[in-house]
Amino acid sequence: MAREIIGLHGVSKRFGSTVAIDKLSLSLRENEFFALLGPSGCGKTTLLRMIAGFETPDTGTILLDGDDMTQVPPNHRPINMMFQSFALFPHLTVRDNVAYGLRMEGVRGKALRQRVDEALERVRMADLAKRKPGQLSGGQQQRTALARSLIKQPKVLLLDEPLGALDRKLRGQMQLELKQLQHDVGITFLVVTHDQEEALVVADRVALLDEGRVRQVGTPADLYERPDSRFVADFIGTMNFIEARVVGPDTLEIPGIGEIPAVCVGHAEGAAVTLTVRPERIDLIVGDRPPGEDLAAFQGTVQSIAYFGQDIAVHIAVDGLDQPLIARLTGAHPMVGRFRQGATLYCAWHPLHARILEK
Amino acid sequence: MSSHRGALRVHVALVYLFLYGPIAVLVGLSFNTSGLPTAWTGFSTQWYGELLHNEALLKSARNTIIVACASTLIATVLGTLLALGLDRLRRSPVLDAVVFAPMILPNIVLAIALLSFFTAIRMTLGLHSIVIAHAVFNIAFVCAIVHTRLRHFDHTMIEASIDLGASEATTFRRIVLPSIFPGILAGALVAFTLSFNEFIIAYVSRAPTSITFPVEIYSMIRVGVTPEINAVATIVLGVSFTLILLSQRLNRGTP
Repeated sequence: MAREIIGLHGVSKRFGSTVAIDKLSLSLRENEFFALLGPSGCGKTTLLRMIAGFETPDTGTILLDGDDMTQVPPNHRPINMMFQSFALFPHLTVRDNVAYGLRMEGVRGKALRQRVDEALERVRMADLAKRKPGQLSGGQQQRTALARSLIKQPKVLLLDEPLGALDRKLRGQMQLELKQLQHDVGITFLVVTHDQEEALVVADRVALLDEGRVRQVGTPADLYERPDSRFVADFIGTMNFIEARVVGPDTLEIPGIGEIPAVCVGHAEGAAVTLTVRPERIDLIVGDRPPGEDLAAFQGTVQSIAYFGQDIAVHIAVDGLDQPLIARLTGAHPMVGRFRQGATLYCAWHPLHARILEK
Repeated sequence: MSSHRGALRVHVALVYLFLYGPIAVLVGLSFNTSGLPTAWTGFSTQWYGELLHNEALLKSARNTIIVACASTLIATVLGTLLALGLDRLRRSPVLDAVVFAPMILPNIVLAIALLSFFTAIRMTLGLHSIVIAHAVFNIAFVCAIVHTRLRHFDHTMIEASIDLGASEATTFRRIVLPSIFPGILAGALVAFTLSFNEFIIAYVSRAPTSITFPVEIYSMIRVGVTPEINAVATIVLGVSFTLILLSQRLNRGTP
């Protein structure tokens, strides 16, 4: 396992009577792209600001590469931050903005010029170096802010909602650029975002935060495919939740409907559980003939169809379930044209593609 | 449509005539050879020349410049610091009202209050007392202008600077000060203009050695409006206009 670069141990922070961060522990590895994801107010920005040094934790310690940083002021931490608003200095040129950090270190003359040139080159801003921030587009401002925060070669770069200020199309492009940049510079990136898609796309590992606690840490695939709580399953992507009871190692009973095959290993017989299935794992089978015994299947009627172009979402009302099931099919699915509102069909999935969560 | 616009133009012209007509007459008369408002006898700058020989007037101009410079300096420093302090506190309408009250307080009230105060602490009257008095209301003006500028200042820039390794002092010098400097300068120009033109306080708390420019002009017109006064008024007008235009220009720039 790679070396730990940031270690948070039992970190807590309260503002008045609200607990922002609650005895949180987390470990970031060297050279990884890590995302702190969570709804607004979950404490992710507070956590970032504590790592940067703008907030001091009430309890706990923050280690950077093994050194205790908890009481070190922000201007003495080998950590830099890119702010959500970019916070570029409007009276300085792009070049002077980027050079600012090195000037503070006392770098002068040729060494300064060389390193600034390099940094500008890396983010493709060399041609615009003489401009002021007010004369730049959103994407250019962001690249300037990136160059400015990377020039001191920090051990960790913190990014607060780095793409929040950009429009949707540009965001997709910048996500890939960020990932490429992180790969090129080989510095640990810690990004805070409320946008799950952004976290899944850019990060090697994601921590999902809620009410000041880490709910789950893992790769994007871990969180999406193997959520270990209802909160995580619900926050990331779309999920079908079905209340059920374990009746055997490979059988679940859905109250009011019947028994379906499922992988119940590790769950006690008789336990009330929640079955979770991703919409894209559900196949729709038109007709009255039930699919094979080895599949879990419900009969239902099509309630509505939402067309997205590359795929479609079908809502299916099933007698006995409170919520309609949502199935997502690619636009290339051979049966796409056959799903009509009111049609009767079977929703089916393989038991391995559903997950059982404790209630 | 076009007749509406025509009517509007006439209306605007009349308003400007109303506002600036008398001033234009005054400026014109200051260049009139005869110096009389009844007849134009030719262009001349002789009245401006005569000003240079009026010792009392020149001395009062010197006094006014001293007072304006000193009170502007005090007000700019203290007003800016006050604005920076207010900016750090949570916004409080009561505090704002207390700070900005001297702006709208009638000068006569301020004059009387200060006079009583100076007497109470047994301070002699003179240029110094006028400087202090002018600084009092000018602090409020400078503070208001700088405070507005600060409200448009993105405070995360302070954190960004510290994050990049700067100390608080360096951050103030290299980031905060340049960003609010146009506001400070605009505040200073307004303060200078106000002090330059201020009459009531300067009149009430004057000593024989501390006659300021407006007070001297006042004593001159008690005898009657002389052509010299027209020339003086024109100069004052020019200075005030320039300063106000300059300060507006400075404060318009994007923060």
